[in-house]
Amino acid sequence: MMPSRIAGFVKRLQLGRRAVIALPLLWLTLFFLLPFALVLKISLSEAAIAIPPYGPLVEYADQTLNIFLNLGNYLFLLSDSLYVAAYWGSIKTAFVATAVCLLIGYPMAYAMARAPGRWQLILLLLVMLPSWTSFLIRVYAWMGILSNSGLINNVLLGMGLIDSPLRMMNTQFAVIIGIVYAYLPFMVLPLYAHLTRLDNSLLEAASDLGSRKLNTFIKVTLPLSMGGIIAGSMLVFIPAVGEFVIPELLGGPDTLMIGKVLWEEFFLNRDWPVASALAMVMLLLLLIPIVWFHRYQSRELES
Amino acid sequence: MMRLRRRPGFTTVMLVLGLLFLYLPMVVLVVYSFNASRLVTVWAGFSTQWYGELFRDQQILSAVWTSLKIAFFAASMAVCLGTVAAFVMTRYGHFRGKTALSSMVTAPLVMPEVITGLSLLLLFVQMAQLIGWPADRGMATIWIAHTTFCSAYVAVVVAARLREIDRSIEEAAMDLGSPPVKTFFFITLPVISPALAAGWLLAFTLSLDDLVIASFVSGPGANTLPMVVFSSVRMGVSPKINALATLIILAVSLTTLLAWFFMRRGEAKRKALLRQAESA
Repeated sequence: MMPSRIAGFVKRLQLGRRAVIALPLLWLTLFFLLPFALVLKISLSEAAIAIPPYGPLVEYADQTLNIFLNLGNYLFLLSDSLYVAAYWGSIKTAFVATAVCLLIGYPMAYAMARAPGRWQLILLLLVMLPSWTSFLIRVYAWMGILSNSGLINNVLLGMGLIDSPLRMMNTQFAVIIGIVYAYLPFMVLPLYAHLTRLDNSLLEAASDLGSRKLNTFIKVTLPLSMGGIIAGSMLVFIPAVGEFVIPELLGGPDTLMIGKVLWEEFFLNRDWPVASALAMVMLLLLLIPIVWFHRYQSRELES
Repeated sequence: MMRLRRRPGFTTVMLVLGLLFLYLPMVVLVVYSFNASRLVTVWAGFSTQWYGELFRDQQILSAVWTSLKIAFFAASMAVCLGTVAAFVMTRYGHFRGKTALSSMVTAPLVMPEVITGLSLLLLFVQMAQLIGWPADRGMATIWIAHTTFCSAYVAVVVAARLREIDRSIEEAAMDLGSPPVKTFFFITLPVISPALAAGWLLAFTLSLDDLVIASFVSGPGANTLPMVVFSSVRMGVSPKINALATLIILAVSLTTLLAWFFMRRGEAKRKALLRQAESA
């Protein structure tokens, strides 16, 4: 073959390769990365009664270029204790829910990984199946269970254990139950994936060397499943911080969560700049957990 | 293992309790969908009237149709994009933009929906100002939003499969002079097709299920099923929603059963082939 034809072939391959890389890269840059820049931009603009409801950042008039960077929205978030309380409330709630998920999910995943081979797929499908049905409807199910005239109160009243219904709906407790219920499968899945890969001979070696069960668990099993613990916890914690549906349906006046506040700023107050500033600060708070999650996930993707 | 059978261990008990926790609320939903009373929590005898009312509710029916259409097209596009992204990440070694791509594939998995929804809405508003499209927000903008976050899930599912499969077949084809494109369509794609099906189904359910992102990027014209359900559920419990929930649970369970059946058959076939190969 002539060298020029080989060069042409290689060049064509390179071109094809670039086109294949460009397709997902461009789509995600346009529809995932670029929108964040716009959120930053709008968060620095002033609210206006217009369509869309915000003022311009750059204006050119009388041969002068005016750039407006309005930090007022951020200062406003700091000055109003409602927002600080909402951020704190979200992080607290998400943290407690993640911890509960881990405490329930870890033993579940452990039992699944130790189950006989033909059972493992069935158990995995059983754990995942609820997450494929509607999220909204699974949260809704708890409204019928926890409300004052709900299932739990009816049963307890019927048995004569209580005289008046317990108030469970529209509380912090209901929100945490809702998050644990909705996100538990996402905790179990990565834990199970890590625990099945655990080399049994390591556990046998530990017990041959006289290690007690608890000791083996703490020194061998736990460190080896750390990747699963981090991935599972981040899959619960990060979305839970921004959760809107669960505090809206199950929460009450005492549950202040940032996802709900952002929703109300946007849809009820129509204050897009403040909603954008709220989103930017939330993103900033979640940056470290997201980067942490990504590091473990990309190790998984590339190994 | 023998000890397990005599006395269930702590983890087995937790697994059973955990599964009960996951399934009891759904059982309650299903049971009360057959309740004759309008009060969801008071039992007043067996009835299927709420199913009848559900099927007469034009708003819900048209929302179901809208949601199914969006989910079908979003899942299909997400499978294309996600598969290409997974292929690039697992087969292309290092290239410029790889870190960016892998970040943009994993970040949507955890990104709070209110942030994704708001940011995409601002993009669509800006685009409408700059290039005049999209003039109206509705099915097209929901489709783009769903395709974007679903393709991340597809990419993760497909990448897992791509790393698992034996690369020697692909390499053999290339050594025999098959161009990369042909190798991809005739060797790689058939081998990863179960992962493509799983990715498509996952994307389809994720799109059907999304409330928050769709609420941000939708216009007055398009109402998806979760949007209609949400506005009804906000008012309190309603037996019609229980009937809808029962049908959704039924559909998902049947699909899962079918998938399980095919996975088992595929596994049995592989084992039979292995035995044949060993005896030959």
